[in-house]
Amino acid sequence: MNPLEIRKDFPIFQEIINGHPLVYLDSAATSQKPRQVLEVLQRYYERENSNVHRGVHTLGTRATEAYENAREKVARFIHAPSANQVVFTRGTTESINMIAYGYARLKLKQGDEIVLPPSEHHSNLIPWQQVARATGARLKYLPLQGDGTIRLEDVEAAVTSDTKIVAIAHVSNVLGTINPVRDIADIAHRNGSIIVVDGAQSVPHMPVDVQELDCDFLAFSGHKMLGPTGVGVLYGKKSLLEEMEPTYFGGEMIDVVELHESTWKEAPWKFEGGTPIIAGAIGLGAAIDYLNRIGMAEIAEHDAHLAALAVDRLSKMDGISVYGPAAGQPRSGLVTFNLDGVHPHDVATVLDSVGVAVRAGHHCAQPLMRLLGVGSTARASFYLYNTEDDVEALAQALEQAKEFFGYAIG
Amino acid sequence: MQLDELYRQVIMDHYQNPRNQGRLSDEAISVDLRNPSCGDEISLQMMVENGVVKDVRFKGSGCSISMASASMMTDAIKGKTIAEALELSREFREMVKGNEVDLDQLGELESLQGVSKFPARIKCATLAWQALERAADTDAVH
Repeated sequence: MNPLEIRKDFPIFQEIINGHPLVYLDSAATSQKPRQVLEVLQRYYERENSNVHRGVHTLGTRATEAYENAREKVARFIHAPSANQVVFTRGTTESINMIAYGYARLKLKQGDEIVLPPSEHHSNLIPWQQVARATGARLKYLPLQGDGTIRLEDVEAAVTSDTKIVAIAHVSNVLGTINPVRDIADIAHRNGSIIVVDGAQSVPHMPVDVQELDCDFLAFSGHKMLGPTGVGVLYGKKSLLEEMEPTYFGGEMIDVVELHESTWKEAPWKFEGGTPIIAGAIGLGAAIDYLNRIGMAEIAEHDAHLAALAVDRLSKMDGISVYGPAAGQPRSGLVTFNLDGVHPHDVATVLDSVGVAVRAGHHCAQPLMRLLGVGSTARASFYLYNTEDDVEALAQALEQAKEFFGYAIG
Repeated sequence: MQLDELYRQVIMDHYQNPRNQGRLSDEAISVDLRNPSCGDEISLQMMVENGVVKDVRFKGSGCSISMASASMMTDAIKGKTIAEALELSREFREMVKGNEVDLDQLGELESLQGVSKFPARIKCATLAWQALERAADTDAVH
């Protein structure tokens, strides 16, 4: 793959930021969008726009076909056995909340356990806190190693016959660690628990096969993988989706409606109450086409290569702390760091002044920040349109930040 | 966008050597505030007698803008009446939003005027002032 060619598909890179070309290193927050996705959205609204699953007219059929075709694309992308196991949602947060409301709250009771690491994004943490409050179940945290990795023996020790849910990110949005989901799934299943996987940082960046992972649920967002905002996915095993109750009730999701009770459609449609996210889903389908054309294995290699290069470059600079796996250890395409003595907000402002966009803050992972002993950090994340020059631009901008604050602070 | 406009020397001085640090006695009005989007936090204490700010202290962690703003604020409101402090807060908020204000009245706080050109940082600059407004709103003041 050639990122210089890929960049030509992304109109955003024509933007000049504070007099400098854009160096976008915040794809873990949201990715940029290629022309091919924007054009599909435009074409949908111009030539296919209609409500789905109800119109007998021609446009209704076109929209329904395009929407269900997008579901097929998602299913193939994550190797789901059937497209009926793909629910369109608003994003990772909504997907996980739907599991919490429609499954966990109905199934869990006093004495049950939910096992999770303290490094989870708030979206895979707070829904479980709420389930625990509502059902009397208990949250049980896995210990983290210094580099943020999780040892399987600790998972073995934590997961018991009382465990009903193991919740874990495939890839940490702060540390870039890649968790051994298949091994953890096996431990969960041996103990009669299900496993819920937050794929927000893995599905966009590496090949993901839900059957190989043997995960019971997988949640991810479209906007982090070249798709539009407002669309995400909930994948579930067939039997679990059958057991699970809808979260939203109303139009579209019903089978027969009587005055005092009603029945639902089958999954996935029973989970898609109201007019669904039609354009979003179609846009996500176009994003998947784009990613497939480049190849997920190539993208994974490219992102990890840039992250490794950044770890190497930043680790050699004085006054910079890099968090997460050590150089040479597996790491996804992101690097979290701090410039000693300078608040990450100040670092990000200096970087922005030369066009380098990074995330600064707690990354929706406050418990992890406390474990790291920092209030917040800066994070650079890479994607298929980033280059080695971007890594160099980051390093040079950090040198400028050091000089600036060194001079200013004296 | 000029960084020097944002990070003026006086700001860096307050960041490095914040004034009015620490805690007052338990009778003081206390307000703890955090900016949930970035994790910056401030714990502000104020001793008010007959409507006048007799003493004020803060502790906190955050970026240079939020901590320098807190430091300058505590300097500026000491000895002022609550009404005067709130008026200053209004002026300060107008200034960082980029609106015209009487800069003479703001004194050293004028150094934070550059924040208006960095919209993402306005919340940093106003955190301490939000704490002041909340403290002024407590029953102990009324």
